Order: sequence, then C-alpha cells, then structure tokens
Amino acid sequence: MTMWTAVLVASIVCVVLKTLGYLIPPKWLEAPRPARIADLLTVALLAALVAVQTFGQGQAIVVDARLPAVLVAAGLLLLRAPFLVVVVAAALVAALLRLWGWAD
Amino acid sequence: MSLNPHFDDAHTAGEGRRAAREGIGVALATSAYGISFGALGVASGLDIWQTCVLSLFMFTGGSQFAFAGVIGAGGIAAAPAAIASASLLGVRNVAYGIRMSPVIGRGFWRRTAAAQFTIDESTAVSLAQRSPHARTVGFWVTGIGIYIGWNLSTLAGALLGDVLGDPRAYGLDAAAAAAFLALLWPRLRHRQPIAVGIAAAVVATMLTPVLMPGLPVIIAAAVALVVGWTNWLGSSDGTADEPDDVAEREGLP
Repeated sequence: MTMWTAVLVASIVCVVLKTLGYLIPPKWLEAPRPARIADLLTVALLAALVAVQTFGQGQAIVVDARLPAVLVAAGLLLLRAPFLVVVVAAALVAALLRLWGWAD
Repeated sequence: MSLNPHFDDAHTAGEGRRAAREGIGVALATSAYGISFGALGVASGLDIWQTCVLSLFMFTGGSQFAFAGVIGAGGIAAAPAAIASASLLGVRNVAYGIRMSPVIGRGFWRRTAAAQFTIDESTAVSLAQRSPHARTVGFWVTGIGIYIGWNLSTLAGALLGDVLGDPRAYGLDAAAAAAFLALLWPRLRHRQPIAVGIAAAVVATMLTPVLMPGLPVIIAAAVALVVGWTNWLGSSDGTADEPDDVAEREGLP
C-alpha cells in the first residue's frame, strides 16, 4: 500500500461515516447502547493515542522529554487553557529539556 | 404565536446573528491549531500534499491526528492500522449526522454538503441554539468557516513543518501527545469515560512492545466496546452523552 492509497482510503471511510448519519433513522440514537459505545470509543482511542504517543518509540516503551511535557499539558488543561496554548507549551517543554540535555 | 409578527422576525434574525457570531468565533479558534496538524503531519512522514488532502477530504481533526500519529510511529507498514484508527475515531460523526439530519432538512445536495461539514464544532454550535433558524445558521457558518480556516492553516503548518527539520528538536512529538490529551480532556467528566480512558491507555502501553505500531491503539478500543455494551460503571439513566460544550471549548473538526 502506498501512502497516497492509505490517505485516500482513510479519507473516504471518514466521509462515508459522516454521510451515514444522514441516512440512518433518528430513532437509532435513542437506543442508549450504540450512543454509549460511540462516545466511549472516542475516549478509548484518544486515551490510547496519548499513551502511545507519550511512551512509544517504535515498539519500545521509553520515558523521555515527552512525559514532563504531557504532564505540563495536563496541568494547563486543569487550568482550562485553550488547545493551542496546551500544544505549544508541551512542544516548548520537550524542546527546552532536550536543548539543555536534561532529558532525551 | 406572537401578537407582533415584526417583533418575532427581529427576534429570529437576532438569534441567527448570535449563532453566526458564535460560529465565527469557534471557527477562528479552531483554525488556529490547524497549524499544529500541518506541522505534525509533515513531521510524521506525510508530504505537504498528503497532509493537505487529509484536511480537504477527511476533514475531521481527531481522525487526522490519529492517522498522522500512527504513521509517525510505524511508517507505511502501519498504514492499515492508521486507516483503522482514523475510521474508528470517525464513528462519532455518525451520531452527529443523526442529530443534525432534522436541522439540515431535505434536498440531496444540501444534505451531501452538510455531511462533509458535520464535525464536533458545527454540531455543538448548532445544537446550542434555540430556534430552528439559528440552529441552521450556526451549523453552516461554523462548518464552512472551519473548513476554510482549517485548510489554510494546515497548509501553513505543513510548509512550516517542512522547513523546521528534525521534529524532535522542536518537541513536535510531545505536541502530538498533548494534542490527543487536549481532545480527550473535555470528555472525561464522568466515572465511566475516565475508567475507560485509563484502561485503554494501560492496554495500549502494555501491548506496544509485542505488537506492530498502530495495533495497540485499535485493540485498546475494545475496552470501549466491552464497557459500552455492559454499561459497567455507567450512570443509572443509562446514557453518557457527549458534553455539549466539548467543541466550543477545545474541540476538533
């Protein structure tokens, strides 16, 4: 599979999913189970991505400058900082720790 | 119902204007971090055009970040897992479509166009309005506004990321983790999603050394299926709706 194929296939699936909502009878959403699974699916995927993106390096689990950066991000989120501030602060923390040689 | 139709018209127009203002505000805030997606996309090994095509066609931020994140971890070998992660994160848009369908009304082209603009923010801004007119205005202004801003800022971010060079030196790998955390945060208001989030993070971390990149994330999603099906730790009313203000505060397209 080329990167372009992957980009296009993933895009098409996402567009189909968006369209699907307009084709499904509204009463489906009244059933609690599918609605609940859809909500929790989003949570599980994002949480797993946080973990892998923080600790993963290929197939290795490493603790490096990303962990303190993510902890700073979590602190800012507790203070209700906007998305962009959180992301930039995390990048800054990791970049400075690496620049100063305090973390890998 | 009103005895004074003129007053009623003015009232409706006022609500529509308020919805439009809100939509533009959300669009500006959201568009700003299209820059971070553009930079991360290029840092994870996509080229500038592939990064831009994701914003143009996929146009759903969580899925876009997931796709780039998995490709960044596993390269082209992880492409099937990247597609699966992006798709699974896109599942919530089905629920948004169902909710928006009566607001959008009839007409094939109208509904086809609406589908592409159906994202966290446009749904949230629309459903936060009270009159049907304001709901329609809120949806279209937010959706189209973010579509334009998000794509422009993605291009800017991709060009910037291309010039920057080594993404680690700028902490872009940490920025990706923080971006996922920021997207997750507003959804963690009840016991059930918090438990699911922690369990999924643990499962994904433990599986990382033994599976190829991308797969741990997908298998961790099974936690949601099990807990969602059994409603373990769920509230007594049986529903766990998404918080209404997710998108307005820090959502994603």
